[in-house]
Amino acid sequence: MIPEELQQDPVVAALVARFPGVVLEAKNDLGELSIVVDAARILDVCRSLKHDEKFIRLSSVTAVDWLPREPRFDVVYHMQSIERKLWLRVKARVGGETPEIDSVFPIWRGSDWYEREVFDLFGIVFRGHPNLKRIMLPDDWQGHPLRKDFPVHGYKYSYAQEE
Amino acid sequence: MADTDTLAAPAEEIIETDGGTTRKMILNMGPQHPSTHGVLRIILELDGETITKAVPDIGFLHTGIEKQAETRTWQQVVPLTDRTDYLANLSNNLGYCLAVEKLLQIEAPPRAQFMRVMLTEVTRINSHLVWLGTSALDVGAMSVFFYTFREREEMLRMFEFFSGQRMMTSYFRIGGLALDAPRGWEKWIDKFLKVMPSRIEMLEGLLNENPIFKKRTQGVGFISLEDMLDLSVTGPMLRAAGLQVDARKDHPYSSYEKFQFDIPTRTENDVYARYLVRMEEMKQSLRIIQQARDGMPGGPYTADAPKVVLPDREKMKTQMEALIYHFKIVTEGFRVPPGESHVVIESPRGELAYYAVSDGTSKPYRVFFRTPSFGNLQALSPLFVGFPIADSIASLGSMDFVLGDTDR
Repeated sequence: MIPEELQQDPVVAALVARFPGVVLEAKNDLGELSIVVDAARILDVCRSLKHDEKFIRLSSVTAVDWLPREPRFDVVYHMQSIERKLWLRVKARVGGETPEIDSVFPIWRGSDWYEREVFDLFGIVFRGHPNLKRIMLPDDWQGHPLRKDFPVHGYKYSYAQEE
Repeated sequence: MADTDTLAAPAEEIIETDGGTTRKMILNMGPQHPSTHGVLRIILELDGETITKAVPDIGFLHTGIEKQAETRTWQQVVPLTDRTDYLANLSNNLGYCLAVEKLLQIEAPPRAQFMRVMLTEVTRINSHLVWLGTSALDVGAMSVFFYTFREREEMLRMFEFFSGQRMMTSYFRIGGLALDAPRGWEKWIDKFLKVMPSRIEMLEGLLNENPIFKKRTQGVGFISLEDMLDLSVTGPMLRAAGLQVDARKDHPYSSYEKFQFDIPTRTENDVYARYLVRMEEMKQSLRIIQQARDGMPGGPYTADAPKVVLPDREKMKTQMEALIYHFKIVTEGFRVPPGESHVVIESPRGELAYYAVSDGTSKPYRVFFRTPSFGNLQALSPLFVGFPIADSIASLGSMDFVLGDTDR
């Protein structure tokens, strides 16, 4: 749902006009504009945000695990328009056995490592990423630590089991 | 016992060799190469002296700080932020505290804000001096290193005086400061402000017109502004390419709008320009410190939020109410209303952002550290490819990254 006061917001209004039905939610909490878009259209939305709305800088890509909600993950993009002095948070919800979303690498090359990090720590696959490998953890690591069902202690074995 | 994890893949697996049919050679640089300032591993493909491919391999210092943060109370995360960028601890403290304060909708009182600004600027000088010493050492100017570390020692002593710790300060707390500044802090700052300008001048005298330094840095390490913006590079590297961006001016936080300072920019966009920008930034920081010291407001150093800020020791022992709050904060921690906040500040290295998500409990649901080094290091490949190895060392130093900040 898009609240009344945000329907006049230039960024939200432009997106709604260009892609009807893609903006699922919008809110302006604590002075931060945040929109939720359809994960299947993330590439179109981001391309439009970069080229038409001048969000030329992608600040970061990260994710939040909302277990047991389904779809489980929020993929969160923070972007900045230097020209318009604006910040925007775009979220896309993904879930299922192997969560997948399109990579925004063709739009911002800076998303490269951020997407690899999200893949490494959350296990979200970015379709079309040129080099989707683990970046923080060793290649043979099992599991994805920032998921809520990954234990904080006791990966593989714990000291208690050791003689 | 479980089988040991492979820590790093062999270089040949990361860049495929051609089996010796051409002159191309694969070279593994790091993780212990001294010029990488930490544990950064770079796999290079060389054609003679020229780099034709460069693949950075990071993650050696990954300690899962974001995961650890989810198991601690909001307040207990502050010491964790110290351990990401270990050269600019107070900047990290500040960014995190501002993010949580935004969620709580409280604001630090003026005295705390000024104190935060003042000490963050000291941190900036501290961090830039370490950068200057080490990167000048890389290009052969050894004495600079000794001078910068002498000045740095003074600053570390100052941090110890303020917070009790030399490096892992954790001096900023949610809602204000850990303690009021100790008696006599003005003397330390005055001495610092008196000595530092001449020291910076001396360092400039060592390098600005130094022919070897100039030869090694001028025209080296070029990367276009468009590429940098595309690759999420921030901070002094952008400013050395002529773009005037600085979070302190663009969206002021912690009362930076009350201070007069300039954002130095250059247009040459090489290692030398980045050096000049950082030197100028140190002088601007001194201006800010002077203004903060002169205009330091009186009054409390923590916000009036008894449910968040630990009560005064005296009150805790004499008032029932304060004792209850103290007990609640220490045992359970304070609860933060559900929501999310994203705070961007200017760390010495560039854009530092904290994205905090709360589900209404006393522990963070998720904290994401958008650290400047991680973004900046993405520019490594374009900075390296096409240049000789010797130049790569100079441009590596000019990026000014901290591996703890990159890997978190």
